[in-house]
Amino acid sequence: MTGRLFDKIWDRHVVASPADEPPLLYIDLHLVHEVTSPQAFEGIELKGRKVRRPDLTVATMDHDVPTTGLDQPIADELAAQQIARLRRNCEVHGVTLHPLGSIEQGIVHVIGPQQGLTQPGMTIVCGDSHTSTHGAFGTLAFGIGTSEVEHVLATQTLRQAKPQAMAVTVDGELGPGLTAKDLVLGIIRALGTGGGVGTVIEYRGPAIRALSMPGRMTVCNMSIEGGARAGMIAPDDTTFAFLEGRRHSPKGKLWEQALDDWRGLVTDEGAAFDREIHVDAAALRPAVTWGTNPAQSVTIDDVVPDPGALSTPALRQAAERALAYMGLTPGTAIRDINVDAVFIGSCTNGRLEDLRAAAEVARGRRVSPGVRALVVPGSARVKAEAEAEGLDKHFTDAGFEWRSAGCSMCLGMNGDILAPGERSASTSNRNFEGRQGPGGRTHLVSPAVAAATAVAGHFTLPGDL
Amino acid sequence: MPGVQRIAGRAVALDRRDVDTDQIIPASWLKRVERTGFAPGLFGAWRQDPGFVLNHPGASEAKILVAGSNFGCGSSREHAVWALQDFGFQAVVAPSFGDIFRNNSVAAGLVPAQASEESVARLFAALAADPDAEVVLDVAARTVAIPAAGLTEPFELADYARWRLLEGLDDIALTLRHEQAVTAFEASRPAWLPAAAG
Repeated sequence: MTGRLFDKIWDRHVVASPADEPPLLYIDLHLVHEVTSPQAFEGIELKGRKVRRPDLTVATMDHDVPTTGLDQPIADELAAQQIARLRRNCEVHGVTLHPLGSIEQGIVHVIGPQQGLTQPGMTIVCGDSHTSTHGAFGTLAFGIGTSEVEHVLATQTLRQAKPQAMAVTVDGELGPGLTAKDLVLGIIRALGTGGGVGTVIEYRGPAIRALSMPGRMTVCNMSIEGGARAGMIAPDDTTFAFLEGRRHSPKGKLWEQALDDWRGLVTDEGAAFDREIHVDAAALRPAVTWGTNPAQSVTIDDVVPDPGALSTPALRQAAERALAYMGLTPGTAIRDINVDAVFIGSCTNGRLEDLRAAAEVARGRRVSPGVRALVVPGSARVKAEAEAEGLDKHFTDAGFEWRSAGCSMCLGMNGDILAPGERSASTSNRNFEGRQGPGGRTHLVSPAVAAATAVAGHFTLPGDL
Repeated sequence: MPGVQRIAGRAVALDRRDVDTDQIIPASWLKRVERTGFAPGLFGAWRQDPGFVLNHPGASEAKILVAGSNFGCGSSREHAVWALQDFGFQAVVAPSFGDIFRNNSVAAGLVPAQASEESVARLFAALAADPDAEVVLDVAARTVAIPAAGLTEPFELADYARWRLLEGLDDIALTLRHEQAVTAFEASRPAWLPAAAG
């Protein structure tokens, strides 16, 4: 089967196909952060190897950095040690590092696109499952473990059995107030949390074409929540307009050459996929998760579902466990669920467009008493740009906390966490048990719904305020 | 990394689907810069429940974990594999695995044995009847057996993964044999591709 976008990118990166071994794939860009790399650098050094292409390796600090008090030493000793280790490893091996305090620091999947490092047709890997974000540019981008990080550091290649290709076609048009987040949660609901295992997804159709680049990144970001290691969208004029003039984008004649090449990065008419699903954008409503995996969602107009209505015993058992953990009763209206905390940020929804949508809702309103609301920009540059537009003022006037860039409460490594039993509305990507702190209860929503929920104290839409 | 041919010992039955790597090793453990010392964090939150399967008598000697479908979904953290190994597990048997977890397992020497839903259901039933039963996993033959129950179930494991696990091979050393091909490939990369310097 040829002619699919995925095959085109895959084929041009195959370095060798030894008999009885998985193909060796060249990696154009390796993104590195503090949490999944120390053991890999150590492995390189123990074997007397070196980083093959430090120039194709870019590091930043995001997972356990503090989001307040950046002028103080890092209080968490283990985090400080891990961050110091990354600094040391980058120095020793000549890897470019965007450290805490730099305008280029931020969540690894926000800074790649922001700097123009993420370009169509590339292969990009990182020791982080949300590397799928970069697929929004028509790249093959996926998360890897630390042993694979070591492999890429040493060889700039990966051995990968070729995944299957799945088409997710989104027909129709998103309704007013509907966002990429609602779309991707709807897709994952249709797919199931393991539905994409073993595949790379290509998102297609008019509703995908209509998305901005940040919106496309939100969709591709959550591919892994449907089990797919990578998701991609064929590049088009929206992509090229986003890339033109960025720091690492090609310039002059090279830009013209690149454009010629990129325009060919499409799935040819009539190409067949190993699997295909269709989603109707017009049928979607704002999504809210009720359970402990991202496929367990309903719309804001719905009630908490009855596990008894599910099709298999395993799904029923999982739903019952999830509801017990979440402290929810079937039949409760989603709008009647109160929250203790709101988190706006992450590699899913921490870009300028997301902060604008949330600030528009926050502007001139007040966070509900008793609700703690955090806004954490995806990068230091996003923070600066938001401040230049005065978004920070809208947030702080309304009672939101305005923080510095990092992963923060998406995974709660840095101390930004929920207390046991606390409930959040979160723009992040995972509602797993304890994801935002032991015993914490997470509901995934879009930035606008998160902001409206902060104001109301319970799940609500901006239009209902 | 030593090769692994045959694993024989106790098993723990974790009859849950979609077990994510955040459950296997909570994020607070990811600040460690070592590959070892993760055993106390394995299923950290769930182990606080005294009735959890890992708290059952004998579980600390277990070598094989039997689990529901989509085991190891979510975060790419290889720490999940290291924590399972640190606790003593040498193999996980499940109907399906998260893609990244499966790769991480092979790389670190933990056997990801993919058996059918029906096979896993029979293993669960046999272990429910006799939690102390010896389970024998044969990597070369790609079978998992409970001899006392007369059960032998096949599992899937890609040929290359099987070979690496059996021999305990260093993947990077295998790849470095192709260094010339890598160098030749690098000479052909388009000039517009980005580099971090500058």
